[in-house]
Amino acid sequence: MPVCAVRDLVKTYPATRGRRGAAQAPAVRANDGITLDVRRGEIFGLLGPNGAGKSTLVRQLTGLLRPDSGSIAVLGHDLVRHPERAARLLGYLGQESTALDEMTVALAVETTGRLRGLGAREARAERDAVIGELGLTDLTGRALKQLSGGQRRLACFATALIGERPLLVLDEPTTGMDPVARRAVWAAVDRRRAERGVTVMLVTHNVLEAESVLDRVAVIDRGRVIACDTPGGLKEMVSEEVRLELVWRDRPPLDVPEVAALAAAAHTSGRRWTLRLPADRARTAVAAVTSGPAFAALDDFTLATPSLEDVYLALGGRAEGLVKA
Amino acid sequence: MQAVAGTAVGAGVGTGDGAAPLAPRARFGPALGAVYRAQLSRARVARIPLLFVATFQSVGIMVLLRGVVDSGDPARSVVSGSSVLVVAFVALNLLAQYFGQLRAGGGLDHYATLPVPPAAVVLGAAAAYASFTVPGTIVTAVTGCVLFQLPMAHLWVLAAVIPLAGAALAGLGAALGLLAPRPELATLCGQLGMSAALLLGVLPAARMPEVLGWARDLLPSTYGVEALSRSFDPHPDWLVVAADLGVCAAVGVLSLAVATWAYRRAATR
Repeated sequence: MPVCAVRDLVKTYPATRGRRGAAQAPAVRANDGITLDVRRGEIFGLLGPNGAGKSTLVRQLTGLLRPDSGSIAVLGHDLVRHPERAARLLGYLGQESTALDEMTVALAVETTGRLRGLGAREARAERDAVIGELGLTDLTGRALKQLSGGQRRLACFATALIGERPLLVLDEPTTGMDPVARRAVWAAVDRRRAERGVTVMLVTHNVLEAESVLDRVAVIDRGRVIACDTPGGLKEMVSEEVRLELVWRDRPPLDVPEVAALAAAAHTSGRRWTLRLPADRARTAVAAVTSGPAFAALDDFTLATPSLEDVYLALGGRAEGLVKA
Repeated sequence: MQAVAGTAVGAGVGTGDGAAPLAPRARFGPALGAVYRAQLSRARVARIPLLFVATFQSVGIMVLLRGVVDSGDPARSVVSGSSVLVVAFVALNLLAQYFGQLRAGGGLDHYATLPVPPAAVVLGAAAAYASFTVPGTIVTAVTGCVLFQLPMAHLWVLAAVIPLAGAALAGLGAALGLLAPRPELATLCGQLGMSAALLLGVLPAARMPEVLGWARDLLPSTYGVEALSRSFDPHPDWLVVAADLGVCAAVGVLSLAVATWAYRRAATR
């Protein structure tokens, strides 16, 4: 049995009436028939740009939103019928920290532990353990709102860990974090997975993070799962292609016939062209732009094997909104 | 699945249909205590300047009215009205703002995804804001007694007035904050409620037009003001004082119940 089974999930946000000065917003089908299974002990990712419907999906998993139709089963519990059970099955890290901002790190973590059902002594012991594990010991007495964005995010992550749950649902946990904090997050996740078989469901729009930490990933676009596989398996889909990026010094030398031929296929962003080409065509293109007048106009170029972003684009997703950092 | 059940939540409750056991809920008492402690601590950081404002406002009103009002009945209502105004400022106005902002900023999600009884969250926050009014109310009442030469013998009645008026006004504030569709409206309602408590509580009731008198009867803080005001008698009629406080308590229970309902509604949209 999967830890989390989602079937045909549909959620539509109703249209909002326009106020004076504000335009009327049409109804948005944020989740349009989502089906997926998450297995025990997996780090399962939801990858997609902002507005793809990832957060809407996890807010239904955590009992915060009621789906229009479809089913959600977490560890054998029907969460559409019993959304209140979600709090007793999973730990959730949302995108907001408003409720905790004016508390110290220690108090935020301890209080969350108490509210997750821990006794006073247990909560204090787990608080100290989690804070130590994440390297937050020097910040325990500081209020969350006095911390930098990444530190605050790490403190919120600590509140998601206290009061162990078999499933963690993390909505963009590493936003704003430096590499040290990111490592602390993934080390803490790995430890829980190895020691207790904890399952993690992770929302991200960061392609590099998705490739390096996820076991499997569901690519979400406009409320639908457009692909679901291991990062390696997804990249197989576009393995015959490579990505060529060209950065021009000023403007592209369109008078060179080879460059003009590439222009049609290029995705342009300022002075940068991104091209997805079969390997042999890419080699020809590189030869053309690294000689003669084209080379004089070229500032930089890179040739790379495809990333999850290329997969996403090949599947028909919109490029904007995915982050490579 | 079996292994998850065994390792992660040993103390959980099974449901008998092959599903994993659920982790225990947070019990009401400890959850209330944890929310109260956390709220008191964050209020201490964020609200001390506002508490000074509340106290200075009330003391200032008494000093202003010192020139206008003689001692006797009007003086009693000025002092008790100003004292209860501190409670209205913090419990009604600031709590409405807090819940309004929490709701708008997505902060309720944090509590809504924890297995905590909604009443514990609302009561914990309300109790923290109400207890935060204690020093300001006492300072105002004592200052008022000195300014208007009123007896302080029965000021102990504040020990009942603050929690009961606090419960009524905090419940009202929490409900306003949670029900207002936008945080600005929550702030506005809180401010209006406080202005009403100021005008209808401080000004002597005898000189009011009839309509304002009705409005005064509808405002829960009035009964706290009356109870305190009666205790300045050399021989207070304790039965009437108790009846006034009983109204506060009843409104408190009602408004906190409405606030808890509003919290549930706001937490699961």
